[in-house]
Parts: sequence; structure tokens; C-alpha cells
Amino acid sequence: MDAQHITKKERMAIPRQEMPAQNPDVRNKNFREVNLGYTAELAQQEALRCIQCKDAPCIKGCPVNIKIDQFIKLIAEGDFTGAARKIKEDNVLPAICGRVCPQEDQCEKECVVGRKNKPVAIGNLERFAADYERESGSVELPKVQPATGKKIAVIGSGPAGLSCANDLIQLGHAVTVFEALHELGGVLMYGIPEFRLPKSIVQGELEGLKKLGVNFVTNTVAGRTVTIDELLKDEDFDAIFIGVGAGLPWFMGIPGENLLGVYSANEFLTRVNLMKSYRFPDNDTPVFNCKGKNVAVFGGGNTAMDAVRTAKRLGAEHAYIVYRRSEAEMPARKEEIHHAKEEGIEFLLLMNPLEFIGNEQQWLTGAKCLKMELGEPDESGRRKPVPIKGSEFILPIDMAVISIGNGSNPLINQTTPDIAVSKRDTIVVDINTMATSKESVYAGGDIVTGGATVILAMGAGRTAAKAIHEKLTR
Amino acid sequence: MYTIISSVFLAENIKKIEIEAPRIAKKRKAGQFVMIRVGQTGERVPLTIAGSDPEKGTITIIVQGMGKSTRELNSKEAGDTISDIVGPLGTPSHIEKFGTAVSIGGGVGTAIAYPTAVALKEGGNYVITINGARSKDLVILEEEMNAVSDEAYITTDDGSYGFHGFVTQKLQQLIDSGKKIDYVLAIGPIPMMRAIAEVTRPYNIKTMVSLNPIMVDGTGMCGGCRVTIGNEIKFACVDGPEFDAHLVDFKNLTDRNKLYLPEEKQSAETFAHQCNLNKPG
Repeated sequence: MDAQHITKKERMAIPRQEMPAQNPDVRNKNFREVNLGYTAELAQQEALRCIQCKDAPCIKGCPVNIKIDQFIKLIAEGDFTGAARKIKEDNVLPAICGRVCPQEDQCEKECVVGRKNKPVAIGNLERFAADYERESGSVELPKVQPATGKKIAVIGSGPAGLSCANDLIQLGHAVTVFEALHELGGVLMYGIPEFRLPKSIVQGELEGLKKLGVNFVTNTVAGRTVTIDELLKDEDFDAIFIGVGAGLPWFMGIPGENLLGVYSANEFLTRVNLMKSYRFPDNDTPVFNCKGKNVAVFGGGNTAMDAVRTAKRLGAEHAYIVYRRSEAEMPARKEEIHHAKEEGIEFLLLMNPLEFIGNEQQWLTGAKCLKMELGEPDESGRRKPVPIKGSEFILPIDMAVISIGNGSNPLINQTTPDIAVSKRDTIVVDINTMATSKESVYAGGDIVTGGATVILAMGAGRTAAKAIHEKLTR
Repeated sequence: MYTIISSVFLAENIKKIEIEAPRIAKKRKAGQFVMIRVGQTGERVPLTIAGSDPEKGTITIIVQGMGKSTRELNSKEAGDTISDIVGPLGTPSHIEKFGTAVSIGGGVGTAIAYPTAVALKEGGNYVITINGARSKDLVILEEEMNAVSDEAYITTDDGSYGFHGFVTQKLQQLIDSGKKIDYVLAIGPIPMMRAIAEVTRPYNIKTMVSLNPIMVDGTGMCGGCRVTIGNEIKFACVDGPEFDAHLVDFKNLTDRNKLYLPEEKQSAETFAHQCNLNKPG
């Protein structure tokens, strides 16, 4: 069909183009990417479904307000590189966001086509354009404004820090990003698995920032290697953006949590993703030997899905999700739940662990669990799980992964007491500027909101960059 | 990449390595450690900072070749590089004027105890050091320890040098001789630290130990290094590594350190095999 001569009715008649994917029985044994991406044909066909609404409500659904209607039109017309560049005016990491954003709750939720049919696959199209540009080697760097002479430090190289650094470098400021780990990318590198987000893609998107002149310094822990005050006073930074995320794993505080085989999701995923322990012994870092074992992941978020699908790929015989509410309340993306089920993940719903049980050598052998039923809605609006009396039973497992959320790492709070924090230890900011209570210091992403999404963190980074720029060039 | 400035053996398999790391050198305090990744496919291993030269921009670590990573690190010479070093990590040793402070080091633990012994001396304490080794040829840092100590003792398991016996026996002897001891720092193998805790417990002597659980990131983001202190779970990399010896669940620490024994063995064997293949002739 021709993009120029197609009626609205014809557009509406095109079904949503499914993303080709690896066969579930094959992919649950490897770490290669599950979704294979659109072909040019599929992408153009999908792009034709966009009816180019005048007010494009999808744009308001995107936390960084990508010009969705415009880039989709370019794809429909076959100008894939042009589409990628249009996206990059607003989003520095499109190949990543196209893969990991919960579009169903953001841009695609607002899509007008979605009122009657399935919404336009905006995420898939974003991903296609970014991949096309990168693979064709035609990545063009945006123009950088003349140097302002101002120096800005960004703490943390996750999505918030990267988007802040990107906007500031383009505005002509000198930007240094400090990262605690030995690799850049934050949760994109250590948290989200290779099979959902190939690490080569993360590195590819980082290359662009390096070429723009962002100075990246790894192995530097804010609060330990250098403090915020030292950066401001001794190293003459004019402003600081803190984007250190929510990286402190919560445990459940039940007996037996220190048994051998009980992991936080952060540890399990860091070992597998960042340290590549799925390639042990070629890579030196070991991880629990899941082969033929029973593994239970406790939690119902995206991290829990990542962990359980990882355990399956490491050879687990049974890989369970144990969640205290029902599937309807799960915070994980529908697509991830669907993929997990296809791969043979077993869902044990309305179930809560009371205690971990081990053998004489202290290796985990089981979890004593209680069955639950749904009661009245709680303050979050979700129906509250209520224990069923006398329903205790023992789930035999060899490994447990705790994935019930993360809090804030205390290091910055401890060493920079004049940055105000909330009762939950998140940094308090003015939401219009992301300014903290400390002069010249801004913050955004999970350190402000608690665990949220990649794209919300990127939006916060942009807001802060804008405010920092206005302050420094006023 | 981080450059190794010097690398010398102190005893068989125990090497003193000086690495260029200006920010760490400037910032580090006694009791803190670094995470090191030797090569691009390497794991992250924690090693205590034994000393630093802020002007030169270097830190010193003392490494005993145990498994693959430490042996690989020990094979490095001056001019070689390592991929990553991050720090200083952990909470610095709490130093005050306790009175009489005894610093006890077992094996390579002596190297870890050394910077805190220095800090205790600088903090105005009467410092007694007890350093244990299996035998004479494994004794390290004797001169350095003598220099910071008001009294220095060396013990060897086989009696080939100094006091014949364990560090616990020497400590008990000091207590029995009526010496008033206000503070004990013990660093070494877990059984040693555990035994020291039992020596001092009846006398209620404040005793600190530096714990060595398995670590991954060393910054508090994974909880792999969690230890039970009293009834609380603590992350050794952020809350420690030093804790009150009388509150530590040593059994849990011992058990948890066995998590990857088969994998560690496999890595070490592969590495030894590769080393032999690379040997000339």
C-alpha cells in the first residue's frame, strides 16, 4: 500500500503486525534476544496503521514527548534513517526504550487506533528505526552548541544520567559522568537481561554519547571515592545531577534468608548480566548452578520475570514465580508475563513465603508457604491478599530469588547530609526543575521516585538538564 | 586500565602490589577495601587496602594467591595493568583512644590488620601486635609491625619462629599475665577470628573482626555479602567489613563462603593448567 494514497478506513483495516520472535522452546535455552525485530516490510505495514491524528495524544503519553506521528510517517514513507533522527531529537536511547518501555501504559495507551482496534505498535517501530540506523552505519551526531565553559558532573550512568548528559553536552556544557561499576549503563547493563536487551545495543547507544564528548569515568563511587561536596568545591563542577537509581535490594525478613541458595534479584541478575556468569568458566564469575534444580522467584514485577526466565535459561527444571496476589495485580508487563509462560515458567499465585528451610549444610531445600485469597482493596487500590488459615505447605526448592523491590543506597545520604530525603530515603526534589535542597545539586530517576521505569528516569534527566542549563546560562 | 607500579613477593605466594589509583590513595582510611577485576572476563574480588601514598597517587594491596583471580593478580609485574579497581569501599575502622589495643593478624590477615594498627597507634593507643603464621617462611610485615607496636609478638604453628602456638594462646597468655586490654582487633581466617571472639568474651573486651564474605559489587546493591550481626542482617561491604566479634554469626559466614567451592576449584585448575602450558620449555 502507498503511504500517500491510503484512506483512513484502509489504515484501520490493517491488523497490528506481530513482532517475530524466537521459538519459546529454543529461546528458553539461550540468552539471545527473544524478539527479533520488524523487517522493513513489517515496519512499513505497521506504520500505515497510524492515522496521523491532529493532536497526537500518543505524544503526551510519552514521558520524553517523542514526535511519534512524525517519525511513524517517515517510516511509512520508507525514510527509516530520517525516522531515527526524528526520534533522537527527544530520546537519546531509542533502541533501548523501544525494547523495554511499558508502551501499553504510556504512548500506546493513548493511541486513538487502540480505542477500537489494537494500538499502533509505537515501541516496535521506534526500535526498528533505531536498529536500522545503527545497522546501516549511518548514525549522525546531533549538532553541539558552542562551549559554555560550564562543568557538570552526572552521578550514575543509568537512563536518567545518560539522558541528562546527552541534553547538557548538546547545549555546549562539559559533562563528566561518574559510574560506580566497571561498565556504563546502570540497570541496562546489570539488571535487564541480554535476552530482552542485548548489551551490544546498550554499548552502541553509549558510543554516540562518547563521540559527542561526554567524559565517562567508571569505578567511582559517589560518597566513597569522591563526595558531592568535593566535586563542587575541589573539582569546580558548576552543577551536579544525581541519578544513582534505587539499587538497595529489599529482603523479606523471614527466617532462613541467609541460607545458601537464597539470592536477591540484584545479585542473581548482576552475576548473570554484568559478570556474564552464564558463560562460566570462560567468564570467571560463578552463579548458582540451576541445572535440573527447582528455582522460585518471589515477586511479580519485571525484575521477577527477568530473574525467573534467566533461571530457566540456566537449566532449571522448574522455574516458579511465587506471588502473593493474583495475575491481574502483577506489576510486570503483560508481554513479559506472556513470554515467561510461553517459556515454561510456572506461576504459583496467591502464595506467600513464611520461612526458608535448609539442610544440615545450610543449603536451601524448601520454602514454607501460605496460600492467600483476595480481600478488600488496599490503599494502592489493589485487592489485598489475606492468608487462608491452615493452608501452610512446603514448596521444595533449591534456589530462591527475592524480587520484592529496591530501596535507596544510603551512601550519598550519609556523606551529603544537606540533601533532603523522604522517609523512604528517596531524594526530595522540585518536580519542575529536579532541584534538590542543596544549591547546584539536582536529582532524578529512581533515586527520587523509587523503582520505576527507564523512560521515566530519562524524562527526569531531561527536565533536570533543562533547569541546569537555564540556571547556568541565565 | 590501572597500572601496577611495583610487585614483590613478601613470602611464598604472598605478594605486595602497588597500583596507580590517585583518587583512592587520597581518600582511603584504615579498614577500607577495594574491588579488583584483573582482566576483561574476570570476576570482582575484594582486597583490603594495606597502605597508600597520596602524593604518588598509589595504593598498596597484599595478595595471597588462593584461587584463580588472586593467582592471576599475583602473576602481574611492575608495568602490567589490571582492568578495574574501585574504592575505597566499606566503613573505615572506628578509631579512638581505647587505651591498650591489641591487633591480631593471622596469615595474610596481618596485612589487613596492619593499616588499622597504624591508625590505632596514631590515635594514641598503646599498641600490642600479635601476628600468626604457619611457619617462619610465611611471616610477613615483621619490620612494619615492630615499627607501630609498643609490644610485638610473632607466633608460628610449628614453633619455627617466635611463640610456638596460635595467636589465641598468645592473647590468653597476655590476659593471664594481668595486662589490662581495652580493645582487640582480629583479622584472619574465620576459625581464628571466631576463636579470638571466644577468648575475649568472658572478659568483656571490646573485640572487632574484619569479615570476608563473598562480594560482587562491593557497593551495597546486591546483598551477596550479607552477614548476621546480633539478630540483624548487615551488608559487610557497606556496614562493615568490621563488626563486633561477639555478635557475629560465624557459622553462617563459614557456610555461605562455601557457596561456590566446586566452581572456584574448576577455575583454579583451569588457570593452573594454562599457566603450565605457558611455561617455557
